[in-house]
Amino acid sequence: MKTHDAANLPYRLPPRLFNARCAACWFMLAIGVLVVASFWSLDLQWRGFLSADAVAGMGRFIGEFFPPDLSPRFVAKVVAAAGETLAMSALGTILAVVFGLALALPAARLHSGDRARAKAPTRLLLNALRSVPELVWATLLLISAGLGPFAGTLALAVHTSGVLGRLFAEAIENAPPGPAFALRAQGVGNARVLLYATLPQVLPQLLSYALYRWENNIRAAAVLGVVGAGGLGQMLAFHMGLFQMNKTCTVLIAMLALVALVDALSYAARRWMTR
Amino acid sequence: MTHAAALAAPARDPAWIGRVFWIAAALVLLWPMAVATEFKPWLLLAPDSLGPTLRFASSFLPPALGADFLALVARETWRTVAIATAGISLALLLAWPLALASTRVLSVSALAGRMAAGPFAVRQALRWLLIALRSIPELVWALIFVRVVGLGPTAGVLAIALTYGGMLGKVYGEILESGETPAAEALLRNGAGRTQTFFYAVLPANAAELLSYTVYRWECAIRSSVVLGFVGAGGLGQQLDNSTKMFAGGEVATMLLVFMGLVALADRASAWLRRSLG
Repeated sequence: MKTHDAANLPYRLPPRLFNARCAACWFMLAIGVLVVASFWSLDLQWRGFLSADAVAGMGRFIGEFFPPDLSPRFVAKVVAAAGETLAMSALGTILAVVFGLALALPAARLHSGDRARAKAPTRLLLNALRSVPELVWATLLLISAGLGPFAGTLALAVHTSGVLGRLFAEAIENAPPGPAFALRAQGVGNARVLLYATLPQVLPQLLSYALYRWENNIRAAAVLGVVGAGGLGQMLAFHMGLFQMNKTCTVLIAMLALVALVDALSYAARRWMTR
Repeated sequence: MTHAAALAAPARDPAWIGRVFWIAAALVLLWPMAVATEFKPWLLLAPDSLGPTLRFASSFLPPALGADFLALVARETWRTVAIATAGISLALLLAWPLALASTRVLSVSALAGRMAAGPFAVRQALRWLLIALRSIPELVWALIFVRVVGLGPTAGVLAIALTYGGMLGKVYGEILESGETPAAEALLRNGAGRTQTFFYAVLPANAAELLSYTVYRWECAIRSSVVLGFVGAGGLGQQLDNSTKMFAGGEVATMLLVFMGLVALADRASAWLRRSLG
């Protein structure tokens, strides 16, 4: 019996399996190198973190958080900040829907005769808006909008416009072309074709994208303030900066409660809608 | 005649009353929100805020391209990737044991109908622990750790490890449960141990999905490690924060471009890896 000389001679695995395992080995090796290089190049201070006094210091630090400051006046302030966070996220999302839609129209090929010259540059702009996180936008916008929730709202709006613009453009391009074609064949203008044929078809999808982003934005708005952009985050950074740990603890509890509430509501809504 | 009248197209949008009503209602609802967020867009055009804005924006061009500065940016970019990678590695150390201990697939008592009360309580408690870890944003962890271990990458690595540990552990548990379970069940019923069942039935069935989710989270971790820099956890974010505070527009422009490139690259790499996993 003559066997062919194969690269995998000792094991005689089928070539496909052999190749797959080869690729997996190289992949694991690459990951291993990346992980080792990461730990090696970062000057991580484990000693300062795991030594006995560090652990004791950490225990003391956590102990300072308790009990949380639950005086009615402070709780009222925290509740107001939570409301501010919610308002920031809602307004930011609404602005983003408006700007996202405005940017989605040039970023989409509306019909087969559309030259869509603005498509590539608009998509580039949307990607740029999207790839800078909210928090980075907030620090940049602090310069023009000043400290406070206005900067945070704008930051959420700018980042979310990028995200929604892209999703909206895809939804509009994928809408069934029939109704729009029927109107266009009758000589109806572009604006009215959009309003009466394309938008009504994609509206449910746009709405579900917007709600999904709103949920994300509530979570983002809660922490966005640590750079000074309003809401619970700003209170957290403020009281932590003054080492008022009991107050910090109250703010943290409010933040976690808000996030948990949003998670629970969205989970319940999803269950309810998919039932 | 009557037919012609009935078929004539209405001159106006027949639904206009409803549309106008809902738009008005939305504006009424928006008003308190605009007050709460101090939403005053005209302030952006006031001379004392427009001036600095324009000056800052115009200093973006040209981007800073000095050799020293580019070397610094390259170093910080690598640190950002390294913080994300080290954080995810530690998160895996946290996530795997918790996911394995909390998943229902490896339960022996569940083979005979309902899971026994004790194991059920343990699994549920671990799941709540994972949810709790996940629900504290990494930025909050970073703020706390910066206080404890000082400025630097350690705080960022730990923050990513804890939040992503919870996230990965919870999703791993769900992936293991959602996959094909008959093979695992057959092994367990025939007397295989849990370790054997995991390596010979559960892991092979779900390996591609687990790996692809991990790669996706690594990409997310790169983005969040930039953000963590803003509270002093090192990397590109910290430099970006410093340059913004010094109004060095050119440096900000360079770093924003590098950051967008990094995100795009991680996005491509992760999409390619996930596609080849298949």
